[in-house]
Amino acid sequence: MPTQVTTNRVEQTIFDGLAEVGAEREQLSREATFEALDVDSLDLVEIAQIVEDEFGVELEGDDVKDLKTVGEVIDLVVARSS
Amino acid sequence: MSKRVVITGVGAVTPLGIGAEALIDRWSAGESGLEQGAGRCAEFEPTDFLSRKEARRSDRFAQLAIAAAGEALDQAGWGEEHPYDPGRVGCVIGTGIGGLGSLEEQEGVLRERGAKAVSPLSVPLMMGNAAAAALAMRHGVHGQTYGVVSACAAGAHAIGSAMRMIEAGDADAAITGGAESALTGLAIAAFAAMGATSPSGICRPFDARRDGFVMGEGAGVLVLEEAAAAERRGAEALGEVLGYGATSDAHHLTAPEPSGTEAARAIGLALGDAGLEPDEVDYINAHGTSTPLNDRTETEALKLALGEDARRVPISSTKSAIGHLLGAAGAVEAIATLGALRRGAAPPTLGWEERDEGLDLDYVPGGARELPVRRNGNGASQRVAISNSFGFGGHNAVLCLGA
Repeated sequence: MPTQVTTNRVEQTIFDGLAEVGAEREQLSREATFEALDVDSLDLVEIAQIVEDEFGVELEGDDVKDLKTVGEVIDLVVARSS
Repeated sequence: MSKRVVITGVGAVTPLGIGAEALIDRWSAGESGLEQGAGRCAEFEPTDFLSRKEARRSDRFAQLAIAAAGEALDQAGWGEEHPYDPGRVGCVIGTGIGGLGSLEEQEGVLRERGAKAVSPLSVPLMMGNAAAAALAMRHGVHGQTYGVVSACAAGAHAIGSAMRMIEAGDADAAITGGAESALTGLAIAAFAAMGATSPSGICRPFDARRDGFVMGEGAGVLVLEEAAAAERRGAEALGEVLGYGATSDAHHLTAPEPSGTEAARAIGLALGDAGLEPDEVDYINAHGTSTPLNDRTETEALKLALGEDARRVPISSTKSAIGHLLGAAGAVEAIATLGALRRGAAPPTLGWEERDEGLDLDYVPGGARELPVRRNGNGASQRVAISNSFGFGGHNAVLCLGA
C-alpha cells in the first residue's frame, strides 16, 4: 500500500530524491528551480519513479516537462494523490 | 608534406595504480598489479575525479577514462581555455564492451522490479560511446567524437583513427585512447566459457605453461596534436605516432588466423606508414595475451613482418603486469610503449620462464633491458617501437611510435 500522502512527506521524499540524483542538499527548497539545481529531464524521470514507488502517483514526462520549480512538482504530486 | 602527429600528454588508470608514471615505473621494476586472477584498479575512487552527480551518470569504464583524460590534458598543458578551436579538436575512445556493469545491474532491476523501475540513465551508462561523450562534454570538444568498438584492438584503432583525423586535416588535435571495466559476473563467466581466460589465474605471456588471459580494467588517454601546431604553441612533444596499420583476418569469430599473415601485414603497414624498415625497430610491445593461440600467432606474425630482425628486437607484454584490459589495452600499452622509449629500457615480460617450442624470440625475461641509443638525422636520439593489438573478430591494429 502506498504511504499516506501529506505535503510534508512528499516534500521530504522529493528532497531526498533530488539529493540522491546529485543536487546539493543545502540548495533544496520549494522555490529552487531545476535549472539552478542542475536537474535535467533524466533526473526528473528518476524522481517520478521514486514518487510512484512511494505514493503510487504516476507522473509522465508531459506532466513535468513544463514545471520549473521543486514546489510545483510537490504540489502536483499532492494534488494527484488526493 | 604530410602532417606529423605528436603526443603531448598521457594519462592512465591501471591495476598498477593511478597515473601513467605508476604504470611504467612499476612495470619496469617488475611489479605486478594482478591479484587473485584479476587486474582491478583497486586505488581508483571515482569521486576523487568526478562530482557525485557526474559519477552516478557514468559507468565505471567512462569514469576511468575521465580520470585518465584529466591527467593527459594536464600534462599537455591544456587549461580551461583550449589551445585550439574546440571545433577542430576530436575525441575518439575505444572500448571492447562499454558499460557492461550498468547493463547487468539494470537487467537485474528489470527482472526483479519490472520495466517501470529501469533507470533512465541505463542507455547513456551502457552505450559504447559513453566515454567519448563524457570527455567531449567535460572538455568542450566540438570536433569529431565517437567510440571505437573492436574488442581488444579498440584502443589502438582509436589512436590510429585520431591520428588519421589530424593527418587528414579534419582536426588540429585529438583526445584519444581506450577504457574498459568488465570485471563483472557475466563477462568473467563468458570469457571462461569460451576458454579464453586462464584457469590458473596466472598471466605469463609467451611461456610454455600459459593457459589464457587474466582480465583487467583501466583506461589510457593520449593527447595528440599536429606537430607544427604543437610547436607553435610551445608544447613539449613526448613522442610521435609515426605510423598505423590495420587489417582483418576474416578467419574465425575468435581464433587468430594461425599463419599470422594479416597480423604481419598490419605490422608492415604501420612500419611503411612510418617510412621505416624492420632494422630501425628498437622495441616491440606485444599484444602478448598469455593465451596459447595469440602468443604463437603473434610470434609468427613478428617473424613474417620483421624477418631476421624479429630475433634482435626485445619484445615484452604489458599484460604480464596488468592483465588484459580489452578495449583499453591498446591505449594503455601505447602509453607504456612511449614510457619505455623515453626511458630507453624495455620492461620485462613478467612470469616468463619456460620456452615453448617455436616461441623463440627475445621476450625480455627477468628484468628491464636497456635499449640502444639511436640518433636521427638531426643528432637527436629517437627510438622506435611497435605496439600490437589484436581483437576477437580478427581485428589487427598496430601503432608505430617514436620518442
